[in-house]
Amino acid sequence: MSRLLPFIGFMLLVGLFGFGIWWNTQHDQNAIPTPLLDKPAPAFNLPKLYEPTQMVSKVDLLGKPYLLNVFASWCIECGVEHPVLTAEGPTLGVQLVGYNYKDAPDDAKGWLAKHGNPYDLLIADEPGRTAIDFGVYGAPESFLIDAKGVIRYKHIGPLTPDVMAKELKPAIAAMLKEAP
Amino acid sequence: MRLGLRRSPLAGDAFALKNITTGASPASGLLRVIFIALLLCAGVAHAQAIEPMPFKDHAQELRFQQLTHQLRCPMCQNETLADSNAPIARDLRNQIFQMMQQGRSDEEIKQYLVARYSRFVLYDPPLTPGTWLLWFGPLLILLGGAGVVLVAIRKRSRTGTATEAPTDNGPIDNGDDW
Repeated sequence: MSRLLPFIGFMLLVGLFGFGIWWNTQHDQNAIPTPLLDKPAPAFNLPKLYEPTQMVSKVDLLGKPYLLNVFASWCIECGVEHPVLTAEGPTLGVQLVGYNYKDAPDDAKGWLAKHGNPYDLLIADEPGRTAIDFGVYGAPESFLIDAKGVIRYKHIGPLTPDVMAKELKPAIAAMLKEAP
Repeated sequence: MRLGLRRSPLAGDAFALKNITTGASPASGLLRVIFIALLLCAGVAHAQAIEPMPFKDHAQELRFQQLTHQLRCPMCQNETLADSNAPIARDLRNQIFQMMQQGRSDEEIKQYLVARYSRFVLYDPPLTPGTWLLWFGPLLILLGGAGVVLVAIRKRSRTGTATEAPTDNGPIDNGDDW
């Protein structure tokens, strides 16, 4: 038995490291868990991208669930996400709200003109102050917010077809089932 | 960008330097050289941090430096808020600065960030049920190792010193492995 002990120790380490490798392939190592999940979204009051004199607040958006998608023209991965959002966005059954993050309005408009605009509503946070309240630290990030203004799901990084199918759509289905 | 910040701390440093160099007695030249080298190092360390901010006084600036060095940038996750050049780090530094002007305490500022970015932003993790393994894990491993060594020693003293060396080495090697 004591002869086997080093081998058992070795196998334990192999198991531990193997688990570590597996775990890291299952998770985005850079994604920070949001403490805001299942909590009311922070209050905000931001101008529309195309009509900067009109403000949109959290209260204005209550009553209908929406997907708040943080994007920017300088964000490379947003270009990866954009076609997915364009293709699948209309099938999601929730409003798509674009949150233009730390972007010059003209750059954002140019980017949307070039790649297409899948959003039902576009708001702009050029200084990035409100984004801090959402715990945003980059783009793209997406928040699923229900009719009562509660954050039901958050995804950091681009929404891929895989993420859509495995995470976002089930989250939307669960939300709609609860409060149709 | 760096120049701006270097301004304030180095102004103080230069003043100290002048005092030393002018008022100095025939202190050894070597000492002076070392002192100047140290001052330059300090300047470099200060210069890492970022845009000039209109601090009320030096104490507030020091407090800001200290606090931002304890907080992790959520974007480039191996840098402190003080060191990072990421846009979000800049925004958070501004936010911290503004909260300081409003008279908020370090603890309140940390709470503010934790509420938005989770405890991840704290370099010094608080002791909670979720972190007890982190805090006491090393102690557990140490105790485990001590246990293994103890068992090995007992075994050896039970079998007696007369036993041949090869059988002795086995368990002791195990102890080393841990």
